[in-house]
Amino acid sequence: MFRLIVQRMAMAIPTLLLISIAVFALIRLIPGDPALLMLGDMADPASLAQLRESLGLDQPIFSQYLIWLKAILSGDFGNSITSHQPVLHLVLDRFSVSAVIVLCAVFLAAIIAVPMGMLAAWKQNSAMDLGLVTSATLLLSIPSFWMGLLLLYAFGLKLGWLPVVGYVPFGEDFWKALTYVILPIATLVLHETGVLARMSRASTIEVLRLEYITHARAKGLNERAVLWRHAFRNSFAPTLTLIGLILGNLLGGIAVIETVFTIPGIGRLMVESIYARDYPVLQCCLLLITFVYVLVNLLVDLLYPLFDPRVKA
Amino acid sequence: MKSLSETVVAAPAAPLRRGRKIPSFNALIGGTLIALLILLALMGTVWTPYDPLKLDLMHRFNPPSWAHWLGTDEFGRDVLSRIIIGAKTSMWISLLTVTFAITAGTLIGLVAGYMRGWTDRLLMMVNDAMLAFPGILLALGLLAIVGASQYGIVLALGIAYTPAVVRVVRSTVLSLREREFIEASRVIGNSELYTMLKHIAPNCVTPLIVLATSMFGWAILSESALSFLGLGVPPPAATWGNMLASSRPYLATATWLGFFPGLFIALALIGINLFGDALRDRLDPRMSQ
Amino acid sequence: MMGTMTALLSVRNLSVQVGIEGPLAVDDLSFDMAPGEIVALVGESGSGKTMAARAVIGLLPPPMRVVSGQLRLGDVELIDLDSERLRQIRGAQIGMVFQEPMVSLNPTLTIGEQMAEGLRLHTDLNEQSIREKSLTMLQRIGIQDAERCLGAYPHEFSGGMRQRIMLASVMLLRPALLIADEPTTALDTLAQADVIGLMLELTREQGTAVLFISHDLSLVVRHADKVVVMRHGKAVEQGATRQILLGPKADYTRQLLDALPSRGELAPPTGQKPLVDIRNVTIEHPGRQHFLRRSPPKRAVDDVSLQIAAGETVALVGGSGSGKTTLGRSVVGLVKPCAGQILFEGVDILKAGNREHRLQCQMIFQDPMSSLDPRARIAEILVEPLRHVPGLSSQDREQRVKTVLKDIGLGEQFASRLPHQLSGGQRQRVAIGRALVRHPKLVIADEPISALDMTIQKQILELFERLQAQYGFACLFISHDLAAVERIAHRVAVMEHGKLVEVGSTAQVFDHPQHPFTRRLLSAANPLQRLADGSYQLRNTVTAQITQHP
Repeated sequence: MFRLIVQRMAMAIPTLLLISIAVFALIRLIPGDPALLMLGDMADPASLAQLRESLGLDQPIFSQYLIWLKAILSGDFGNSITSHQPVLHLVLDRFSVSAVIVLCAVFLAAIIAVPMGMLAAWKQNSAMDLGLVTSATLLLSIPSFWMGLLLLYAFGLKLGWLPVVGYVPFGEDFWKALTYVILPIATLVLHETGVLARMSRASTIEVLRLEYITHARAKGLNERAVLWRHAFRNSFAPTLTLIGLILGNLLGGIAVIETVFTIPGIGRLMVESIYARDYPVLQCCLLLITFVYVLVNLLVDLLYPLFDPRVKA
Repeated sequence: MKSLSETVVAAPAAPLRRGRKIPSFNALIGGTLIALLILLALMGTVWTPYDPLKLDLMHRFNPPSWAHWLGTDEFGRDVLSRIIIGAKTSMWISLLTVTFAITAGTLIGLVAGYMRGWTDRLLMMVNDAMLAFPGILLALGLLAIVGASQYGIVLALGIAYTPAVVRVVRSTVLSLREREFIEASRVIGNSELYTMLKHIAPNCVTPLIVLATSMFGWAILSESALSFLGLGVPPPAATWGNMLASSRPYLATATWLGFFPGLFIALALIGINLFGDALRDRLDPRMSQ
Repeated sequence: MMGTMTALLSVRNLSVQVGIEGPLAVDDLSFDMAPGEIVALVGESGSGKTMAARAVIGLLPPPMRVVSGQLRLGDVELIDLDSERLRQIRGAQIGMVFQEPMVSLNPTLTIGEQMAEGLRLHTDLNEQSIREKSLTMLQRIGIQDAERCLGAYPHEFSGGMRQRIMLASVMLLRPALLIADEPTTALDTLAQADVIGLMLELTREQGTAVLFISHDLSLVVRHADKVVVMRHGKAVEQGATRQILLGPKADYTRQLLDALPSRGELAPPTGQKPLVDIRNVTIEHPGRQHFLRRSPPKRAVDDVSLQIAAGETVALVGGSGSGKTTLGRSVVGLVKPCAGQILFEGVDILKAGNREHRLQCQMIFQDPMSSLDPRARIAEILVEPLRHVPGLSSQDREQRVKTVLKDIGLGEQFASRLPHQLSGGQRQRVAIGRALVRHPKLVIADEPISALDMTIQKQILELFERLQAQYGFACLFISHDLAAVERIAHRVAVMEHGKLVEVGSTAQVFDHPQHPFTRRLLSAANPLQRLADGSYQLRNTVTAQITQHP
């Protein structure tokens, strides 16, 4: 088992390297002098010259990449052009806010959607099944930012139960902080439940058609045991993969939700940094999110053997 | 690492009805919605009830009425006209994006899947690196380079979606290669190129159709999202996304401004998803036979 | 006679319908089973035999449902029994084994878990006793390391092994009735004999009655006490096995019996000099890549030499993994040998520029579903090989396609159809047509009839014979089914683990097998021989257990 972990981690390293090359290339492709981009238009000639040297802009591109990589690996992401603060700290701070929302949302969506999908598959073609598929399709088709606005309107403005703008960190005041994140989490939960329920249903239907399910029934097992002991473990694997993909997708697109609910998360930070041409921040956000995505997929890979022993451990 | 696209193509929301010759419920509703929206978009190229860009400061914030079916916005512009133009813009951008991604992705996927060896490995390395950027992240990054504009979005989203197409095409090619009719083609004496073009490529069409349908929906959603964030088509041009964005301050006072653009995005997506499901169900049995 | 004993299972006028308005899958079926009796339900695909079996255990897949009839197990009426009681009966009194070993065991649970499940449900035994019983049973079926087996997962075992394990876990509960639904169809001949043998042993020991579902009449006839022949949901004929064999009343039964292959009368091969000369050919598969290491290569074909004369049919038989398919593919050029030579008309086939070989040597593949391009019309499929024949005008091509269509027995209307619109047998005809349209001198046929129903198999074999007489091609016929081979082959070559263990004329190999492996294959193949007086005889092999019907 340990060998598997090490092996998979080793396989992730080339991907991480490729991502770093991609981000490096992306930033360098932005038209303009790299040093000027990093320090902003207001920078003085002396610091510009210094930065040019330390970035190695006179050297071949490959060496520039290595210099850049070395800095990244030692945690030096430079300073934000707008706030002049160290970038890494700022980005991590905002990331933790987004991460909490995304994790809670996906977790809740999973525990609602997976059993519902399985039940619908079990009672395929019944009224309940029809209802589930229709509502799931509807939920996943409604854009999350619109849904968010509507919920905000209903619960924040009309009913006044929840705050409309702003954010309070959990460290400060747990219950108050909760009121600020309920709506964004709910919005995401509604959307992702649709996606996950469909997948859970589809893969359970696939599994229920297989012979070992009939075999289990032939032994005399009741339906609940058949569903849980036999169907679940076999049907969960594709849903697990999808959960990993969703986590990644949400991290990539969280900006919209954060904009609707004015949450100070990494999504908004990234968008702001594009507006403000704050490239050190943008670069760090890109690197962090992709890094986390690779990690999440790695975890999903490692969890796979739990659900499918055929995957070589 | 499986991509979202492969998951989309591989696991349909299994059919509610046995495959019949008559169009299913999904296809009818989905098809109708899509047809309506296309009609709306086409209409937008020649006529709208009012000029979508014309300011009319006398009639700001009018709620829906007979004069203005969906009301007016903060500048007095007719919301319905802007929605129609928005339909045109969204459809056009999505169409271009999907065309770009499918064309580029199919070429790359065919080459990678059929050639294998170092070509394949190199292409897949680059592809996987791009896939490592989840969701619209890559598009965001690319927008920083190309700048926000209509064609900027097409380029950014097109490039961001290409890896997904490559993945699907390549995996279809890989699975087809092992099928006996490909070996039969070789035994007959056909060249590799001929086999690829005549036998493999046409059989990729079905998964591509399914993917293209879903991708159309993603494109509409992504374009709206990017416009909502202000990185898409810039105002005063009307897209559903930026209409939603500018409606935010008036959520309490002029709710219709936020309601309708979002409703149309939702309707478009519902239509595409339902139709895509029906399409997949109809094509699937023949695929797996 | 039978009437004095209470039947164990009594099926009366059973009818199963597809949905509310659909056709009847089972139509007014009636038969009885006595305790310990082996009854076979025989029929081709679509005969309703599987649905009848499913109805007995109450596991009809929706939308199938029982519309009328009675099912009595002992004195309990099974239809409309409440689910609680039905579940008690399932497993404990009626056991069932299924067809596909690959999906019949849950891949995510250990063998031990799956064996214990039934015992936990139906008995009061504690965990310790359950474990002991499981271990004993595993040892009984011949598993060496039973302890390890309990903790292992299904994918670690071969198909034959999995079927044995499934049998073991079902018989562990000592049911009164065992329903065996095509338990060996997915296995090769040797594994088949293995599993059937085990099933018979276990059921005899425990006095279990067996309801044996199969499409293979010759298999069934050897072991069953009673046979029920089904077609389109109805029981066409039923009775004691001997009676059915010797005096079939229904036409369909006669058809099935006729479809049993017999020794063919073959025209002797035309050429003297060998058309194909396989000399000391060895083919290796590269080992699997494991991160940085690579496992050692596997020898699929080991130093094999074989000749095929013009117009001759040589059968290449062996179990799965014997290398016969690999050898066949090397003759047609899909696989390169790493040692040895293959000469076609005296010229090495690997020699650059050897177009003759490509033109003259064609292949028919096994799976009619995947050997035709699903997007190509039949006419396109048939005309494609003609691209490489120089000097043919498009009229010539059209003409050839028309001729081939006629020869393979398909009407002109098939030319514009797509593969999925044809039945399995029709598709295989197209595959044969495609191979023959260039009038090749040699055809490699890789298990061309394994995937088809019995009567269709016979039709295709007849077609093959006719075409060979007409077109005059030599053939390397690869098969695991010895019976089919007997009819059309001049010579038989037997392979085991990549080596050629015996070669000889058909009469020689079938009547006087030399190598022990050949003998095993023969005794496992259930060849029924039809004698001159119309009676049947099971082949005379060295194994003593075979009985003869006079």
